[in-house]
Amino acid sequence: MTDVKLSDVSGPYFGQYGGRFVPEALIAALEELEAEFRKAADDPEFVAELQRLHREYTGRPSPLTEVQRFAEHAGGTAGAVRVFLKREDLNHTGSHKINNVLGQALLVKRMGKKRLIAETGAGQHGVATATAAALMDLECVIYMGEEDTRRQALNVARMRLLGAEVVPVKIGSRTLKDAINEALRDWVANVESTHYLLGTVTGPHPFPEMVRQFHRIIGEEAREQILDRAGRLPDVVAACVGGGSNALGIFNAFLDDKGVDLCGFEAGGEGIDSGKHAARFSGGALGVLHGARSYLLQDDDGQTLPSHSVSAGLDYPSVGPAHAWLHDLGRATYEPVTDVEAMEAFHLLCRTEGIIPAIESAHALAGALRIGKTAAAEGRTGPDGEPLLILVNLSGRGDKDVATAARWFGLLDGAAGGVAAEELERQEGRG
Amino acid sequence: MSAVTEPATESRTSDLIDRLREQESRPALVGYLPVGFPTVDRSIEAIKTLIDHGVDIVELGIPYTDPVLDGPVVQQAAQAALDAGVRVRDVFRVLREVSDYAPHVPVLVMTYWNPVLKYGADAFARDLAAAGGAGLITPDLIPDEGPDWIAASTAYGLDRVFLVAPSSTPERLRRTVDATRGFVYAASLMGVTGVRAEVGSRAEQLVADTRAAGAVNVCVGLGVSTGAQVKEIGRFADGVIVGSALVRPLLSDGALGDAEWADRLTKLAEVTEDLAAGVRSARTTAPDAPAGATAVPGEAP
Ligand SMILES: Cc1ncc(COP(=O)(O)O)c(C=O)c1O
Repeated sequence: MTDVKLSDVSGPYFGQYGGRFVPEALIAALEELEAEFRKAADDPEFVAELQRLHREYTGRPSPLTEVQRFAEHAGGTAGAVRVFLKREDLNHTGSHKINNVLGQALLVKRMGKKRLIAETGAGQHGVATATAAALMDLECVIYMGEEDTRRQALNVARMRLLGAEVVPVKIGSRTLKDAINEALRDWVANVESTHYLLGTVTGPHPFPEMVRQFHRIIGEEAREQILDRAGRLPDVVAACVGGGSNALGIFNAFLDDKGVDLCGFEAGGEGIDSGKHAARFSGGALGVLHGARSYLLQDDDGQTLPSHSVSAGLDYPSVGPAHAWLHDLGRATYEPVTDVEAMEAFHLLCRTEGIIPAIESAHALAGALRIGKTAAAEGRTGPDGEPLLILVNLSGRGDKDVATAARWFGLLDGAAGGVAAEELERQEGRG
Repeated sequence: MSAVTEPATESRTSDLIDRLREQESRPALVGYLPVGFPTVDRSIEAIKTLIDHGVDIVELGIPYTDPVLDGPVVQQAAQAALDAGVRVRDVFRVLREVSDYAPHVPVLVMTYWNPVLKYGADAFARDLAAAGGAGLITPDLIPDEGPDWIAASTAYGLDRVFLVAPSSTPERLRRTVDATRGFVYAASLMGVTGVRAEVGSRAEQLVADTRAAGAVNVCVGLGVSTGAQVKEIGRFADGVIVGSALVRPLLSDGALGDAEWADRLTKLAEVTEDLAAGVRSARTTAPDAPAGATAVPGEAP
């Protein structure tokens, strides 16, 4: 292992994590998928076609934006901290999710399958999948927890506009994990005609490795861009971590740069002590869910505990196995960010930079603010007293979250005095 | 794990299936019910009902929050059991009571992997064996991921029932057959548990392929719900596994009074007897060649 770079470690295992904990019925399809993935990765035609789509359809490379006014709130004094945003929010469909979707959809074409299924939480992955299905003339069914179809109603309509069937999942906690259960059940029954286009770096091998591969472009672009703009590598890379795809995508290019701190931010929900969170590294333990061994929120019996977050995309009780491995190696750190902190950072970016982020991404922004403040308090700077350089993955845009934000901040006429956070909880039935 | 490291003890489950084939010329009926549904005590009564009315082997499910290989009927029952507060350790109490009641009936526990991982594979095997359990059926654990379970089940002389599916390649069939102890669970079709009008023709081929891969005992499950289906599958399988059709008569929207519960048990007994008649008539009309002797496709090892 000593000569394998961290960024190139392949599945099925990342340390003791990962694997294939799924029914035997799916193993043949996973083996076929892995073989096709490895062949495609070495096929110049596939690589060129994906690059073309990235450029002409998605709009890559996504820009790198320095946010000076926002950074002032992180450093205490102007210029103490420089914050750069990797603008995955400007991708077609509004998030990083499209990178993985286009890669897998091209594989599906090669495999000759005609039907795509996917799970979605925030709806971003579902929208990206419905988009690719429209583009490539594939049938598309999206499973979404009923709870999430309410929180992210706009994205439900988007998926339907794009021609996808959206199936609200009404069992269990009615969120992302239950949507994945339903998608897996569909896949077991229809595996010969259907590809399960899993949306993050979780699930059975080869998904964690394959989805990382399709997102590594985020970090590769960002590394070049920041070297070009700042003349050096960042001191810190920050990203939000749901399943972990945007975080792994940006971390990957820096994994072998020892001097770069990699910081993942999970949903702290209403706080770790409240039990209402999705902080797997603070409140989870070794477990198996949806095909992979990783950190898992579970009770003493190994039953999955419901997660909680104001952001549907981070509301998942497990996390990609590569993150569990990086956590244990000490190569990356993971901290919770509460709903309140995330919404403050969300608002701050709107007001200081004219950018409305996804609430998921706002967790990374809150993390950057925390890092900046801690650095200021401890007198930490970049090398030779230079400003501390923080690179944040802005994984998505916040259009889908405007209704939530409007209620959170009381922005709608007639909502006398605004709806307090507690009220929002009550309305969403999660109090 | 090779056969060499296997302790000399025989599998009670495969002994029973062998005996039924040799002495009664019939397949075994394997009946599934979840622990703690609708309550732990009532689940014990329901299991005793299965045994009294013709089930040969009991499959005791541990309710789990994320049962990806189960359809709506079993999901609903598992959720009801969890809502009623069932704990993993309740399975051991149920096992003890059932094995006191019917020591000759092998009881296999069907569980998704995470509850066992959390309990500890070795501790789980120890407590399962001590409570009289025969082994585990693991729907989301393939042998490749199961070295801990293979070691623990070997140490405690327990069965390990792995699944094969119509999509399994010959290589995977061999691998699974080699790792299995007790019987191989052949999924009759591509899909999750449930009640289906028809069970695919792929089951017969899969059983043949699984035998070609070296299996002695192959039981077929998923979707089987009537005596007629049991009879049809029983022509070629060593056992027929029924789940949702047994759970369904016990489902209800609210708590049942004692009289209503007694009615449900009566219904359960009727369903069980219909299925039991299926295994008992499966081979009487057509005295086929003994199982395993039919020509099967697939290359010789
Ligand atoms: C904008 C955005 N960021 C982040 C996530 C979380 O996923 P992951 O951790 O895989 O990047 C989502 C998921 O829906 C998302 O929509």
